[in-house]
Amino acid sequence: MSLDYFAALLGAVLFAAAPLLLAALGETISERGGVINLSMDGTVLFAAMAAFAAARAFGNPWLGLAVGGLAGAGVAAVLAFFGLVLGASELAVGFVLTLFCRELAYFVGHAAARQPGPDLGVLHLPGLSDLPVLGPALFRQSPVVLLSLAAVAGVWFFLMRTRSGLLVRAVGESPAAAASRGFAVRRVQILCCLAGGALAGCAGGFYSLSVKPGWGHPQGCEGAGWIALAIVIFGGWKPTRVALGALFFAAIQVAGIALQDVLPGLSGTLFQIAPFPVMIVTLLVVNLRRSAVFRELARRVPLFGRLMPRTAGGAPGAIAGALDKGF
Amino acid sequence: MTGRGSSLVRAGFALALALGVTLALVAAAGAPPVATLLVMLTGSLGSPTACLRTLSAFAPLLLCGAALCVTFGANLWNIGVEGQITLGAIFCLWLLRGAGDLLPPDLAVGLSLGAAMVGGMLWALLAGVLRTHGRVHEIFSGLGLNFVATGISLWLILGPWKRPGMASMSGTEPLPPVLHLPLWGGRPMSLWGLLLALAGFVFVAWLLRRTFFGLALSAVRQNMTAAGRLGLRPRRRMLAAMGLCGALAGLAGGILVAGLYHRLIPSISGNYGYTAILAVLLASGSLRALPAACLFFAVLTVGSIQLPLELSLDSSLAGVIQGVLVLTLFAARRLWPADTRGGA
Repeated sequence: MSLDYFAALLGAVLFAAAPLLLAALGETISERGGVINLSMDGTVLFAAMAAFAAARAFGNPWLGLAVGGLAGAGVAAVLAFFGLVLGASELAVGFVLTLFCRELAYFVGHAAARQPGPDLGVLHLPGLSDLPVLGPALFRQSPVVLLSLAAVAGVWFFLMRTRSGLLVRAVGESPAAAASRGFAVRRVQILCCLAGGALAGCAGGFYSLSVKPGWGHPQGCEGAGWIALAIVIFGGWKPTRVALGALFFAAIQVAGIALQDVLPGLSGTLFQIAPFPVMIVTLLVVNLRRSAVFRELARRVPLFGRLMPRTAGGAPGAIAGALDKGF
Repeated sequence: MTGRGSSLVRAGFALALALGVTLALVAAAGAPPVATLLVMLTGSLGSPTACLRTLSAFAPLLLCGAALCVTFGANLWNIGVEGQITLGAIFCLWLLRGAGDLLPPDLAVGLSLGAAMVGGMLWALLAGVLRTHGRVHEIFSGLGLNFVATGISLWLILGPWKRPGMASMSGTEPLPPVLHLPLWGGRPMSLWGLLLALAGFVFVAWLLRRTFFGLALSAVRQNMTAAGRLGLRPRRRMLAAMGLCGALAGLAGGILVAGLYHRLIPSISGNYGYTAILAVLLASGSLRALPAACLFFAVLTVGSIQLPLELSLDSSLAGVIQGVLVLTLFAARRLWPADTRGGA
């Protein structure tokens, strides 16, 4: 494999991962604060439409991206209002919102469908763009790649290294304990939900302004929000591992496209659905690995057993088991 | 406020708010709001043909709604109904293509509906086993399997089952008329589908309300640990609920193939699975309200088909209205909660 090919491959994976990273990080913040936002898929799609329509109207893709982020925060605000203020089931509202936002996006975006519009273009940084492998992969590339990597660092720093991040984690781990220490639990949760929604909205903007430019019915990013939700579980609610999960799924997508050239007999539709069975299998492996039975068995294995943690890493306390409660 | 009175207030509030939001959205999209609603009404109820078309959407919706009542009855979020419909359609067509010439036509059609139920059941059981034995939540497995089912149907349409000479997105070769469900009631759909859907609904209502299975399912829903201690075998009940749900959804797929399209088309499930979830949520899990909710959603879905042609609006307006309705009903239920029976 030549160095150029490797650089192109790396660049393609990072490019495909950018929106997934943002959406998964958004859900991580939200769930770390104790709010499950099931509306991810609809949010991403609706924000993609809003970002593209706004970019067309203003003639500026960056304004479009900002509108996408606002649209995502708006959807999250609806969820926060129903779930946290009115006290309805977050899961039911989130799921209805995901269906509703998808239809709303197609309905409102009808005028902008299959129209030309601006996109975020390609970054050119003098000097950095000429580096051997990193140049083409990072710096001679759509700006979404650098933005998404910055978001990984930012979200990790916020959640793991700042006092506010500690508060978010405390609220998500045990709302009652945080409330008894005098913290405004509901306000923290609403802010987490809004921030997560805004990140997912930017992910939508990344799709319609850069990764899959344009708007149509279908747009091409359907299902990405669900993948992001699965990535959060896969990554154990830890920002860095979530980022690795997003890169893993992006690599599968890119491998599908690369294999399509090698094996032309296989239909392209098969590669489009490849991430979904992989999603199920990874969840199966990850969840079985976290189960008590598996950990008991694994600890009896010589040498390997010492590597097993004594406690299961898992969901923040406030949402552990929430999915099993139904609606 | 009494239970009945408050539920009327809630329904009225939800309808009024949904109507307002819809009119505002349509006006914002630059179309005349009242004319839009009229187009939707005449498109779904304006003529005998339109009514038949609405009924042909009502049948799969009611079947899927009844199916979902079984899984919601066990606290399962069966998002995978779409895929189960698709697999039912594939199994149905597979049997008709394979055995249509060998068996008497009536027997072949009957068997194909049975095959459709088996197909949907297998697809649902896959999601069920992943939940009960693999700890993968059925939202993710169901959703993933929906995409896989779409992939399989596309592969069949463009590959092994393509029309002679050309692979086209318009679907596979149509079935010969002897292998259709008997055309009764005229085009576009055989009313046999409607009969089967009503039978499925009555069966589910009987099962959930009048049998030990229904009682056990309700115990599993309310407290899985307690149900396990009582020896009710919650996992097995959940699998049974998934299997039954899949069988009914598969039957809906079989009806779509044998009674309506007479071939396999891409996305044959036509969003019925997701619409049925909204209908069940609108009926708040009540079996009595379910047929009305399904009929209303069928009217909306069929009525919106005319929108792109007459007003150049996107037909997804139906989904928008359905979503707004369910959301406003959620809000109304929290604002005027039912009395102390612990609903909501």
